Amino acid sequence: MAVSDLQLPENVVVSRLDALANWCRKNSLWPMPFATACCGIELMATGAAKHDLARFGAEVFRFSPRQCDLMIVAGRVVMKMLPVLQRIWLQMHEPKWCISMGACASTGGVFDTYAVVQGIDRFIPVDMYVPGCPPRPEQLIQAIIDLQDKIQREGTITGREFDTAGRQARKRALVEIAAPLSSDAARNPVLQRQLTARAESLTGRS
Amino acid sequence: MPFTPPSVDDVIAAVADRFGPLETSVFRGQTRLVVPVEQSFELLEFLKARGFDLLVDVSCVDYLEYRDAPMQMPACAGRRYGLVYLLASTTTNQRLTARVFVDDPEPTVPSVVSLWEGANWLEREVWDLFGIRFAGHPDLRRLVMPEEFTAHPLRKDYPLQGRGERHNFPVITRHES
Repeated sequence: MAVSDLQLPENVVVSRLDALANWCRKNSLWPMPFATACCGIELMATGAAKHDLARFGAEVFRFSPRQCDLMIVAGRVVMKMLPVLQRIWLQMHEPKWCISMGACASTGGVFDTYAVVQGIDRFIPVDMYVPGCPPRPEQLIQAIIDLQDKIQREGTITGREFDTAGRQARKRALVEIAAPLSSDAARNPVLQRQLTARAESLTGRS
Repeated sequence: MPFTPPSVDDVIAAVADRFGPLETSVFRGQTRLVVPVEQSFELLEFLKARGFDLLVDVSCVDYLEYRDAPMQMPACAGRRYGLVYLLASTTTNQRLTARVFVDDPEPTVPSVVSLWEGANWLEREVWDLFGIRFAGHPDLRRLVMPEEFTAHPLRKDYPLQGRGERHNFPVITRHES
């Protein structure tokens, strides 16, 4: 009996669990404002009264990474600040997303110098880029709306979409044959036979 | 300039009495006094006693590929780094610039932290960006660049984009974070 055959009363909605979780997550994105420079001012303006970010669910700008799920990197990041940025990113709980706001965070902007990192996406996984110097609040709001669409499209309740290593196709030549870790296992003839057989089958296939 | 500081001729005369005639030049109302590095601490001490109680800035110019003589003064030519001490008197409103020229290798200048406490960070910045050692500085380490940085970025032979230090960091992928 398919779901569409059910006679449901009007106050019942049927959905997928992923879609429900995505809807909850996208509508309550709490930003971690990593504002280093001028884009931080525009970030503050976006959170202020005229272009209110709270109406999109970003109710509070928590300055603790443990309580946020969206990191907005606003402003240029110098090489002295980059380890701090990475530490804050690692301290955030999953599911987490990152918006790179402004030209300096996306590519280094006008500052192609010895001290400025040319784009934080070299060192942090970034989901959304907002161009501008600084971007207008409406642009940042558009980026958050686009991020909400992305979460709704691609999110899962278990966070499977963040497990990127599992989805990468394994190259045959790079498959490592698990070596026995202990010396006892190295002297185990059964294990040796199995490993040899597996090695031969792989080399035979390629 | 809307505000013209009073003339420093009396100070230059007093300096000449004490140290012998030193090279000076005037440019747009600002007087620059060139002092050899051996006498630099004594001269700055003398100027402080004379009323220049504010050290505005300590900076440096790298004349590595400079075509003419620095400040069009032939006496200054030949040495690579020209230290700049900007002095001001809060009582008489006078302003004076003292220039000290030092050269590679091992450019060293006596520190003026004992005269002006504010020179602590100013000299740390010059050490960080130019590599000029300040003898007698209590805590000479990098100020604006990270501590593990090895080069001195504002020298003329250091490229603007750096030598790869800005991207020498571990990459965090989505899977690892």
